[in-house]
Amino acid sequence: MKPLITLSGVNKYYGDYHALRDIDLTINEGEFFSLLGPSGCGKTTLLRAIAGFEDASSGTVTIDGRDMAGVSANHRPTNMVFQSYAIFPHLTVAGNVAFGLRKSGLDKRARGAAVEDALDMVGLGGYGARAAHALSGGQRQRVALARALILKPRVLLLDEPLSALDRKMREQMQVELIKLQRSVGITFILVTHDQEEALVMSDRIAVMFEGGIGQMSDPETLYRRPASRRVADFIGKMNFLAGTATRTGQGIEVEVQGLGRATVPPEQAPGGVPGGACVIGIRPESLGLLFDGETTTARTADAAVDEVVYYGDMTYYDVRIDGIDRPLTLSMKNLIGRPVLDVGMRTQVIWDERSLVILPD
Amino acid sequence: MTLRVYAIAYLIFLYAPIALLPVFAFNDGTIIAFPLQGFTTDWFATLWTTQALHDAVGNSLFIAALTAVFSTILGVCAARAGALPHFPGKTGILGFVMLPLVLPEIIVAVSLLIVLRQILDFDLSNWTIIAAHTLICTPFSIAILNGAFQNLDPAFEEAALDLGETRWSAFRLVILPLVMPGIVSSMLIAFTISLDEFIIAFFLTGSNPTMPVYIWGLLRFPASLPVVMALGTILVALSIALLALAEYFRRRGLARVGATDAGGFV
Repeated sequence: MKPLITLSGVNKYYGDYHALRDIDLTINEGEFFSLLGPSGCGKTTLLRAIAGFEDASSGTVTIDGRDMAGVSANHRPTNMVFQSYAIFPHLTVAGNVAFGLRKSGLDKRARGAAVEDALDMVGLGGYGARAAHALSGGQRQRVALARALILKPRVLLLDEPLSALDRKMREQMQVELIKLQRSVGITFILVTHDQEEALVMSDRIAVMFEGGIGQMSDPETLYRRPASRRVADFIGKMNFLAGTATRTGQGIEVEVQGLGRATVPPEQAPGGVPGGACVIGIRPESLGLLFDGETTTARTADAAVDEVVYYGDMTYYDVRIDGIDRPLTLSMKNLIGRPVLDVGMRTQVIWDERSLVILPD
Repeated sequence: MTLRVYAIAYLIFLYAPIALLPVFAFNDGTIIAFPLQGFTTDWFATLWTTQALHDAVGNSLFIAALTAVFSTILGVCAARAGALPHFPGKTGILGFVMLPLVLPEIIVAVSLLIVLRQILDFDLSNWTIIAAHTLICTPFSIAILNGAFQNLDPAFEEAALDLGETRWSAFRLVILPLVMPGIVSSMLIAFTISLDEFIIAFFLTGSNPTMPVYIWGLLRFPASLPVVMALGTILVALSIALLALAEYFRRRGLARVGATDAGGFV
């Protein structure tokens, strides 16, 4: 893997507002990289700094070994798909897609062929003559993709490209974008506030809070071993329990509120072992319910059902366990023959020490 | 029902005086009074053969056309600057630019006359009127063009830059076509304002009067009143045609970008 984009010590101030804090980041060639975070976390500012629409107040942005200081957006090897798509309404679909080819030196026929290829690639073959303003949201997005990819950029920047689409369309486009990225082999950088979208699409994700990077890793590590409570809270659902942790020879010795003592593998403390009081996280799907007639060798705790939310494929339960001040959320697959419990029923919760994540308090 | 009666009464109040223009323009009599004397097109024929009138109309068209161009260029610059997100002192500067909109024209005319004659020692000509008309038309142009520029998604320009264009070519290829309906509207409005402006033209006109000044001059001779009526008839017809043209361009512009109609002149 070859590094393509390197940001080192990038800061951005708007007056007193610190929009980007000491960003150090390397994005590799051919990678699908996501910038994930809540609104106002600086992810779009970071993307725009790579595109050349914002100048960093300090630090360097390097693309393909070239320092981008003083290089304006029209001279960078990046192209962008804007959140609003910015499809030029006075041009046809073909006019939009061919826009960037004006200075390419291609003759009219070569341009027409390139446009047709680009439209085919995004599944809009034959749409060239349509007026841009007559397109649907999904079609506009495809035109924006074709318009950017026709220039064969080193990096494609995507600013919340799916946020304007409805759920079905969004899920379909996620898959199409992954396929497209694999087939063209261009580095994609996606900005999104949707953690599910980032998990589904990315090779690596940088989670951003208040202008800084909270954690940067592949989706599975991010989900299974979040390095801080903030990241754990932002990515998926997680229960947080009070506890204590101490490092020992075999791993980490923890005392979990309501669940008791356990020994946890060292990699389950990605944020380090605080020593003493800490927060212990556990995902809803890592907890289970013991149904009537079943037995288990795993650790269990007595519980009462507090709330039941039925999702069709899954049921989410809030359960109360003695010694824990608020209910834990757990999810169960609705397998054939498995009942859905009622509120107030007594049951047993199954848990596994390998699924505990130790987080600095 | 009451509303309809009110609306009709209102329209009569607005247009009855203007409706009298064609009535007396075709009336065969020099006195503007009922009963009508008979049908004639003599007054129009007189217009056709009056060289002084032709000169005045020529002056007016020349002044109006150049005023439209100048005030629209200034308006584009101001509206473009006003649409920039970070522009220090924007509100204050735009406020002052818009001020000529509400200044009494006679005050503007007198001050301009003093500046041009006493201080700069210019000879009065069509050019002095063009300068003054540009001053009073620019606020209208800015008001019209502001709307066009404010409605523009800033991402359009960024997309053009991102696709390899310079700031200037992005402006030419993307922004200009998108604000073109506003530019056409601005030119037509400035043209119309300049064409029928009287006070400033009266003060600053040199040896060759503009059309409104020429009409005012005619009013000293009661016998030429029907000629004025005939001229007025032509002007009303032209104004309506111009307004229809402006509205046509506005609607075509909207249709081209697929925007919804949020009201216009008509």
